[in-house]
Amino acid sequence: MEDSLREEREIMKVCLLAGQIMLQSGAETYRVEDTMMRIASSYGIDHTHSYMTPTGIIFSLEDPQPMTRLNRITERTTNLYKIDRVNTLSRKISQGGMTIGEAYRELQEIDRTRAIYPLWLNVLMAALASGCFLIMFQGTWSDFIPAMLAGGIGYYCSVLLHRLIPVKFFAEFSGASMIGLCAVLFVKYGFGQARDIIVISSVMPLVPGLLITNAIRDLMAGHLVSGLSKGAEAFITSFAIGAGIAFMLSFQ
Amino acid sequence: MMYYIEQTVTSFIASAAFGMIFNAPRKALWQCGLAGMVGWVLYIWLQDIGIQKLAATVVAAYCVTMISYFFAKKYRKPIIVFSVSGIIPLVPGGLAYDAMRSAVENQYDQAVQSGAVAFMMSGAIALGLLLSEVTNQVIRKIRANKSS
Repeated sequence: MEDSLREEREIMKVCLLAGQIMLQSGAETYRVEDTMMRIASSYGIDHTHSYMTPTGIIFSLEDPQPMTRLNRITERTTNLYKIDRVNTLSRKISQGGMTIGEAYRELQEIDRTRAIYPLWLNVLMAALASGCFLIMFQGTWSDFIPAMLAGGIGYYCSVLLHRLIPVKFFAEFSGASMIGLCAVLFVKYGFGQARDIIVISSVMPLVPGLLITNAIRDLMAGHLVSGLSKGAEAFITSFAIGAGIAFMLSFQ
Repeated sequence: MMYYIEQTVTSFIASAAFGMIFNAPRKALWQCGLAGMVGWVLYIWLQDIGIQKLAATVVAAYCVTMISYFFAKKYRKPIIVFSVSGIIPLVPGGLAYDAMRSAVENQYDQAVQSGAVAFMMSGAIALGLLLSEVTNQVIRKIRANKSS
């Protein structure tokens, strides 16, 4: 009895950690639920229930002894790499190739890994994406460099501020206002021509694309609470970006 | 023709760059770019042959997600790895910006109008995602029936 209880607790720990990593990295709710149930059932526990919102996971096992635990999620980022790693791990577990201890250690290792690309590369990519979006939105090639600069600066600013002050709304607001400021200054001093297109394309790296798609997919899959709250988060982010831009434009 | 080449290259680079910002695994970056490229080129081509913006968005979002499903199956990775960066170019950022700018300039009727169009465009993306989800489930059902 004691032994089976201890094992149950270990399984619970593995499932919850897997769920936590996935939810923090921005996976869809149904995928997190599916992964946790799969891991539990491949360790021999078939009756499990999980309920999650973007801010917490409740997971409960029914047999051999009822047990329920709650994990609070405070921080959410976008890290597709971690989602992929946990997904691969759960595949391996369900093929029966891993003990509980091994799985837990590997999950801890995944949890510890930070972003796989360095910050400067991310900023460079944000700048490059902004430039490319300028062309896609019918801008002229002469505005390519201004858009790159504005996009890179804005993205860098929002990332740095988010590390300093953990208020997401404020970081995005300042990032967007930096972009607005750059665009206004560039156009004023003749460095760029079309202010509107420069702003639109530079703002793209801040747009909450993952949240929007996930909110829709969650709602469609019947996870109403998480769908709505992700939608609310996406709305707040968009509002922060819009407010930042509007704030700068209103000074003209 | 030059215009299309330009759009193809830039949309590919932009989508792949987004994959990198979202920490997509290195091997998946090509596929991220490809999904985004196909979606965007389809979107502008449909508009060029006279199809409404909303309908073009639905079709493009549908195609991006279907391609992502295909890649997800082939490379055994979660679908969002591929779909997120492909959907981003379709997000109506320009319209939302117009709405914001009009609001700042005290032209509220214009702001509400642009805002409503932006909302409809988001709805179109949602519809595209939904349709591809349905298609995928139908395919899965048919396959399951065949094998049983």
